[in-house]
Amino acid sequence: MDILRIATAGSVDDGKSTLIGRLLYETNSITKDKIEALESASKRKGLDFLDLSLLTDGLIAEREQGITIDVAHIYFSTPSRKYIIADTPGHVEYTRNMVTGASNAKVSLILVDARQGMVEQTARHLSIAAMLRIPKVIICVNKMDLVQYQESTFEEIKASLTELVKQTTFEGQEISFLPISSLYGQNITTKAEQMPWFTGNTLLGELEAFEYAETLAHAPARFPVQFVVRPMTEAYHDFRGYAGKISSGTFQVGDAIRVLPTGQESTIATIEKFESKLSHAKAGDSVVITLSTDIDISRGNTIVLASEANAPQLKDFSAQVCWLDHQALTPGKTYLLQHGINITKAKISQITERLDVVAQTATEGVDSLKLNEIGRIALRTAQPISADVYANNPSNGAFILIDEFSNSTVGVGFVQ
Amino acid sequence: MNKLNDKIGHFPRQLEDESIYIMREVAAQFERPALLFSGGKDSITLVRLAQKAFYPGKIPFPLVHIDTGHNFPETIEFRDWLAKETGAELIVRYVQDSIDQGKAKEESGKYASRNVLQTVTLLDTIEEFKFDACIGGARRDEEKARAKERIFSVRDDFGQWDAKRQRPELFDMLNGRIAVGENVRVFPISNWTELDVWNYIKEENMEIPSIYFSHKRQVIERDGMLWADSEHLNKEADEIPFEATVRFRTVGDMTCTAAVASEATEIDVIIEEILSAEISERGARIDDKRSEAAMEKRKQQGYF
Repeated sequence: MDILRIATAGSVDDGKSTLIGRLLYETNSITKDKIEALESASKRKGLDFLDLSLLTDGLIAEREQGITIDVAHIYFSTPSRKYIIADTPGHVEYTRNMVTGASNAKVSLILVDARQGMVEQTARHLSIAAMLRIPKVIICVNKMDLVQYQESTFEEIKASLTELVKQTTFEGQEISFLPISSLYGQNITTKAEQMPWFTGNTLLGELEAFEYAETLAHAPARFPVQFVVRPMTEAYHDFRGYAGKISSGTFQVGDAIRVLPTGQESTIATIEKFESKLSHAKAGDSVVITLSTDIDISRGNTIVLASEANAPQLKDFSAQVCWLDHQALTPGKTYLLQHGINITKAKISQITERLDVVAQTATEGVDSLKLNEIGRIALRTAQPISADVYANNPSNGAFILIDEFSNSTVGVGFVQ
Repeated sequence: MNKLNDKIGHFPRQLEDESIYIMREVAAQFERPALLFSGGKDSITLVRLAQKAFYPGKIPFPLVHIDTGHNFPETIEFRDWLAKETGAELIVRYVQDSIDQGKAKEESGKYASRNVLQTVTLLDTIEEFKFDACIGGARRDEEKARAKERIFSVRDDFGQWDAKRQRPELFDMLNGRIAVGENVRVFPISNWTELDVWNYIKEENMEIPSIYFSHKRQVIERDGMLWADSEHLNKEADEIPFEATVRFRTVGDMTCTAAVASEATEIDVIIEEILSAEISERGARIDDKRSEAAMEKRKQQGYF
């Protein structure tokens, strides 16, 4: 059983709450007491159906009270998969929240109201999904019940988005269009009786069928050392293991390895996971690796395969950034750059351009990047970092910028 | 629609990998971390994860238990056994001491509990040992406020959480940098659901306190729910203890944890009961409608 992370974004009116509620309800992820509460709340509102949007209603109430809700996490599962929805409400600080919420997602759900078609948010969401290299985007044309389930309406919306999709997408990204009605459960987990003309999968069907683990396991092997395990007990007197979570690729016992940035080489003696010894481990596995020789490795070092001649070591590079803080990014300032678990100082030498993700245009000669703005920067780090170009290997190509004085996470960057 | 029982026994291993990663970040980023141990299934899961994260080394931080004095004796017994079993250092501090020092005041009335008072003792303990990170077993599926709390949650001098000032958490990068006086609460099982925890306990064959399983116990009925009779419970004249077959779904203080009537002595049956549960884990305990349902169920099972 694996986990699939989904990002949703948008305003309450586009039927997102109902869609999420519907997914929870139809996968049997809601306890009886919550359904009973829904039933009575729906009745109180004079509705003759179950208002599933009320399941996430607490969030709306919080918003009315003026509490910032940036990302809420919602969970449901099927017998084969656990799903985590990172839901970002569409109001102020939109871009920042969308980027934060979607950073772990492998699927992006974009809702389009069948009556309205594409809006500005659709474009922003598509661009951000592309910037984050989210491998699958499902554009749900919702509220089909309000357009009499007409195939022509669905096809028109699809056609109107084709150009935008072409502009934003990258090679390998799967994009699909689905006509749905969250309110009446059409095409969510069961085929839409009302839309016999649609021959594609249901939403849940698409989610269940989507595979991405293989891609990660075949990316270049990267093992950032998190913690050195040295028990120094009688039983494990000379034990020296390197603990970490493999960020991409696969490692096998016997593999010749190189440590970055020191360049020392050795061979993998064992790969351990608690009491069991493994023959290999892949992206996402938290393991302890021991080497055949005693070399000096500390936290923040990255283990790669020795066969990879040009594993990256970056000091001067450019990156796309999304600014997350109220205090703007200004060139010349020094920040702490955290790449994975490794921290080094970084100086932003220049803001090359600012990007308008909706209009798909760039402005050069800008002197600051404000909250929610996306741009391209040139930077230099004190120590080299073992980061890949984000587009080539997303799980090892992102970093965060931390303000040295406030300790806040102020920006996120993608190596270019 | 998925059948409920199809979900039993399916634990997504990726969750364990992610939580172990968080445990290791805590040990690496902080000077004096601690694991807050309550004796409940969530904190037992944390101990298991910590054990795995540093194996074959020992857990590099102490288990800290804030003892309200109202714990189930079974929980205390289990706590001491687990500390011994894992070789972890155990620190216990007592709410009673905070009360004796005049820092906390015992509640009165029939709903009196020491649940709130724990915070005083906890903050004092953090101060005493200069803990800079406290690992807790909260999960985001428990309630709506939790659903948006970070994995590394920065607290000020007074242990307060400011929802508006949370740091964005991107990818799996955890920023634990803090100023002097601040500390961080860490929630490694944020993304686990109650079902995930139970499936994990089952898959790992983990020991849990006996009160999670069905047993006979003296209880009283209050607000349509069953409460363990004990010297700590302020009973009213008409609240007469009787014997019932029950188990506990969460393990807190004896004064604020209600029992459910259950015959479940095996973990599979417990998981099945959870899946078809009438009340969600944190379900408000004073909800009238819910109490009616609970009452009805007990009557069906022949208690009255």
